[in-house]
Amino acid sequence: MNFKNWTYLQRRIINWMAKIVLFLFTFLALLPLIMILFYVLRQGGNVLSWSFLTTLPGPTGSTGGMANSIVGSLVMVALASIVGIPLGIVSGVYLSEYGVGKTANILRFSLDLLTCVPSIIVGIFVYGIVVIRYGFSAYAGAFSLALIMLPIVARSSEEIFKLMPGHIREAGLALGLSRWRVILQILLPGCRKAVLTAIMLAVARIFGETAPLLFTALGNQFYARSLSQPTASMSVQIFNWARSGFADLEQQAWAGSFVLVTLILFMNLATRFLGRVRS
Amino acid sequence: MGVEEAQKNPVLRTDELQAYFGPFHAVKGVSVSIFPNQVIAVIGPSGCGKSTFIRCLNRLHEETPGAKVKGQVWLEGKDIYGKGVDPVLIRRRVGMVFQKPNPFPALSIFDNVAIGPKLMGLRRRALLEEKVEQSLKQAALWNEVKDKLNKLGTSLSGGQQQRLCIARALAINPPVILMDEPTSALDPISTARIEELVQELKNRVTVIMVTHNMQQASRISDKTGFFLLGSMIEYGDTVQVFTKPRDSRTEQYITGRFG
Repeated sequence: MNFKNWTYLQRRIINWMAKIVLFLFTFLALLPLIMILFYVLRQGGNVLSWSFLTTLPGPTGSTGGMANSIVGSLVMVALASIVGIPLGIVSGVYLSEYGVGKTANILRFSLDLLTCVPSIIVGIFVYGIVVIRYGFSAYAGAFSLALIMLPIVARSSEEIFKLMPGHIREAGLALGLSRWRVILQILLPGCRKAVLTAIMLAVARIFGETAPLLFTALGNQFYARSLSQPTASMSVQIFNWARSGFADLEQQAWAGSFVLVTLILFMNLATRFLGRVRS
Repeated sequence: MGVEEAQKNPVLRTDELQAYFGPFHAVKGVSVSIFPNQVIAVIGPSGCGKSTFIRCLNRLHEETPGAKVKGQVWLEGKDIYGKGVDPVLIRRRVGMVFQKPNPFPALSIFDNVAIGPKLMGLRRRALLEEKVEQSLKQAALWNEVKDKLNKLGTSLSGGQQQRLCIARALAINPPVILMDEPTSALDPISTARIEELVQELKNRVTVIMVTHNMQQASRISDKTGFFLLGSMIEYGDTVQVFTKPRDSRTEQYITGRFG
């Protein structure tokens, strides 16, 4: 074997080893996710059924479900999104398109701080200003979720809009479009996909939040009759089952966890799918 | 001034035009009259203020933070920097084509051209379709895109994108179109097509084109203005500027001794 062939072989081997190592690390990063799904499914799998998704929670010894908390979570996340998404996008657009000067810097800094506030503190804050006066409700829960969502949507929209090259804006202005029309008719359609991804990630994030809901929506064993009543959510229901001390309810907590993780997983997959279809 | 020009009014006239970026004096007192149906080439070394000059003609310069303009620009006899004049309305009378082809992302070929007329109040679909077809024909792009008007503007090749941008500018019937090095990002064949197109366009509009390419300036323009360090050193018939420049600095530049 001559020298030239030997270096060639050596290069091939190193290349192959690098590939294996990279694959192993990727697998290592994925392992926790697989373990969580597997473990949660093993613990709660045998109570998981269609009726678990469609019935109300029951006392220990009976078969109960989490229908009301699935509905509650969906309602509160939807309410939070109605407020948080438009407000977030508008703030993001403001910061990106008009964001020079003191006001913008203060806003940018406050949004960054808001992102860093632990979610339990957001819950206590909403408890203090809303719940003490009006009681536990879906509104209060949604409000706290919106507060968590807002800075995420705002800062990511800002970054997305900033990625739009300046000459695209100039082309719009040069055509006689006013500033807001350039934003609405040219920039927004251009970043639609990225903004959608940011929104979905923010929605997935608040879907699993527990701490802010404990002090605001409280939880409910039944369907809430209106938005101003204590409302069940998946995460709080899981929390309550898990600390109940009854083995069968703890098992339901595992099943609930599986449903929650799967829902969030599907939401993320849907985002990726949407991003791919449009391109 | 020729006899032919004396009979026409200038479509665009600047009077002691000054432009600044913060403290930097980018355009220093340019006065020039531009007559309709001509191609004007603006040449000069990098950073001499030629792009800034044309960006003053559609009030785009002021969109840059810290930018300022002094002096007057008369478009069809009206001072565009006059009190209470809305820059948005001025920009609808002066088209612009940029260095990099920049069709609007996520808009179809049709919508890229239709967005201007729509903005001006053209709503009826049939009229819009007519206008889009007419503009694309004027930009010599119609035959290549007529079967895929719903495809994204960004799906076209670079040269086609630039012609799409020209069609977009033409669609609102501006008397003047500014072009800021429109071929510097294109290959030679696409460049030749744009140059040919500019020649045809001059029957309809006045084209003011910044170019780094002196062969291009001499090939396509009727008048040439030479900029140096923010001043317009010389302005005259292209043949005269390139064969018998009045200023020694013009001669040095066009013979390649600096720049």
